[in-house]
Amino acid sequence: MSADVIIKAEELTMRFGGLIAVSEFSAGIERGSIAGLIGPNGAGKTTCFNMITGFYKPTEGRVLLNGEDLTGRPPYEACKAGIARTFQNIRLFGNETVLENVMIGCHMRQKTGWLQAVLYLPSYVKEERAIRKRSMELLDVVGLADLASEKANSLPYGAQRRLEIARALATSPSFLLLDEPAAGMNPQETQELMTFIRDIRSRFDLTILLIEHDMKVVMGICEQIWVLDYGVTIAQGRPEEIQANPKVIEAYLGEEYVSHA
Amino acid sequence: MKTSTKISLNLAVTAALGLFLFWAQGSLDGYKIQILNLIAVNIILALSLNLIYGFTGMFSLGHAGFMAIGAYVCSILIMTPDQKEMLFILDAAYPWIQNAHAPFLVAVVAGGLTAAVAGYLIGVPLLRLGDDYLGIATLGFAEIVRVIANNIPRVTNGALGFKGIPDYANLWWNFGWCLVTFYVIVRIINSNTGNALKAIRDDEIAAKAMGINVFRYKLLSFSIGAFFAGVGGALLASLLTTIDPKMFLFTLTFNVLMIVVTGGLGSITGSIMAGVGITALLEWLRFVENPISLGSFELPGIPGMRMVVFSLALIFIILFRREGIMGMREFTWQGARNLLTGKRRAS
Repeated sequence: MSADVIIKAEELTMRFGGLIAVSEFSAGIERGSIAGLIGPNGAGKTTCFNMITGFYKPTEGRVLLNGEDLTGRPPYEACKAGIARTFQNIRLFGNETVLENVMIGCHMRQKTGWLQAVLYLPSYVKEERAIRKRSMELLDVVGLADLASEKANSLPYGAQRRLEIARALATSPSFLLLDEPAAGMNPQETQELMTFIRDIRSRFDLTILLIEHDMKVVMGICEQIWVLDYGVTIAQGRPEEIQANPKVIEAYLGEEYVSHA
Repeated sequence: MKTSTKISLNLAVTAALGLFLFWAQGSLDGYKIQILNLIAVNIILALSLNLIYGFTGMFSLGHAGFMAIGAYVCSILIMTPDQKEMLFILDAAYPWIQNAHAPFLVAVVAGGLTAAVAGYLIGVPLLRLGDDYLGIATLGFAEIVRVIANNIPRVTNGALGFKGIPDYANLWWNFGWCLVTFYVIVRIINSNTGNALKAIRDDEIAAKAMGINVFRYKLLSFSIGAFFAGVGGALLASLLTTIDPKMFLFTLTFNVLMIVVTGGLGSITGSIMAGVGITALLEWLRFVENPISLGSFELPGIPGMRMVVFSLALIFIILFRREGIMGMREFTWQGARNLLTGKRRAS
């Protein structure tokens, strides 16, 4: 494994009562790479995300970001450390405008608080203006600048996905987790999404880990892939290695398919 | 629309309010002035509950408790030591209660701050609860405050309460505090901190993922709301000149909740409109309690009838306009101009 590993999961295990959702998941992701986490439904992929982002406290194991131990820290601290995420079922702030959604992402790194806002100090006015400007720039990146004053829940599905990514980018992350970014997209949109993900990676110096069921996306942009089945890591490697791995084929297509092949 | 235009319009409205109050003070009778005072206090209470419930999404039923704290602290501070000596007939007051005395402004702020501290202290354990559970727990808190007020006679004079509280709370004080509440809450709501509060309301999980320390911001919103509830209670005490624990029953919270829900959860404009409307309506509806003659037919007056009429009106509002009068919308100068010039939408 290369020395420049940005995030490291060490034998993460998550037990819910008697159920082992994820068992000893270990992964090290290289800085600047795009990695994929795949597996059949219920394999524990989102549970892994939740452990990395602090939503679940892993039963065993550790999460390290740039060598800093983040295990068991609350989600907002993980976010502060530089981990941002999107959700499988889109979770926008529906009653707020598109612009406000992105501004909320900027809030974490804002220095002035409510007291400065009430006193209307120049430092507050200045910072708020800068945040507004930065949020507009981010909306420009995802192509939603025209819709800035629309309510978030009035956007079409694809735009909501992009807004969620813009909002995550607003927290200035170094590591971005995307939970099924291509879900519900047509082939044309999926193609655009792949270009978009590569684009934001280089533009914002990101390392990306994504969960995806669309194999075209996974094989197309991921450099390293982990495969989970029933919480167990059954394979890891480069896309072409994963495609040829009989265990993966079995998990996805069933035993008979392997024996006939 | 330019910011300077908006500021001058805001100043013009404030000046108009001032002129109106000046006129009201001179020309209206005591009853009407009392209604205006109640309007101001109800708006303060509604705005503070709207910050907690409408903007941060915390279903809190503890308003009567915060109001009681503000009312007692303020009353103790503005009554003279001699007055208190006359009042505490069952048990003599503790010396520090007996001798505490402060000007009205300090007393109101002290009432608000004590309520805010109480809000903070009960917020730490309670705000981890969600939705309905929080509602029940805060309701319990308000009851506890009331029971305590009943049982520490050396501080609160027990069930007898206070009488003859100095009536400093005139139109100027009440509407002054109303403006302060309005200004502070609007500033918070329109800042990015306000966006963070609304984010918590809309989706707590996503708010956490966006790096918002949800618990801290809930506590902040709850304490600020409690502060203004305390201020409202303090003003109410001086306005009515008499308080006792029975006044701070759940129905008091319910009245405020009714204003907030009718106006629209998450709308400042709605809270103000409903604050004016419901306070005035509650007085105006008194006519249904008097005997009414319809030609030869005479309807006898039924006490409590106006609450029946009022409840019916509420049922209709909830049936046909669930989001309240304003929903989450706000009045803006731009919106008013568009309405006047007939433009649908301008940038």
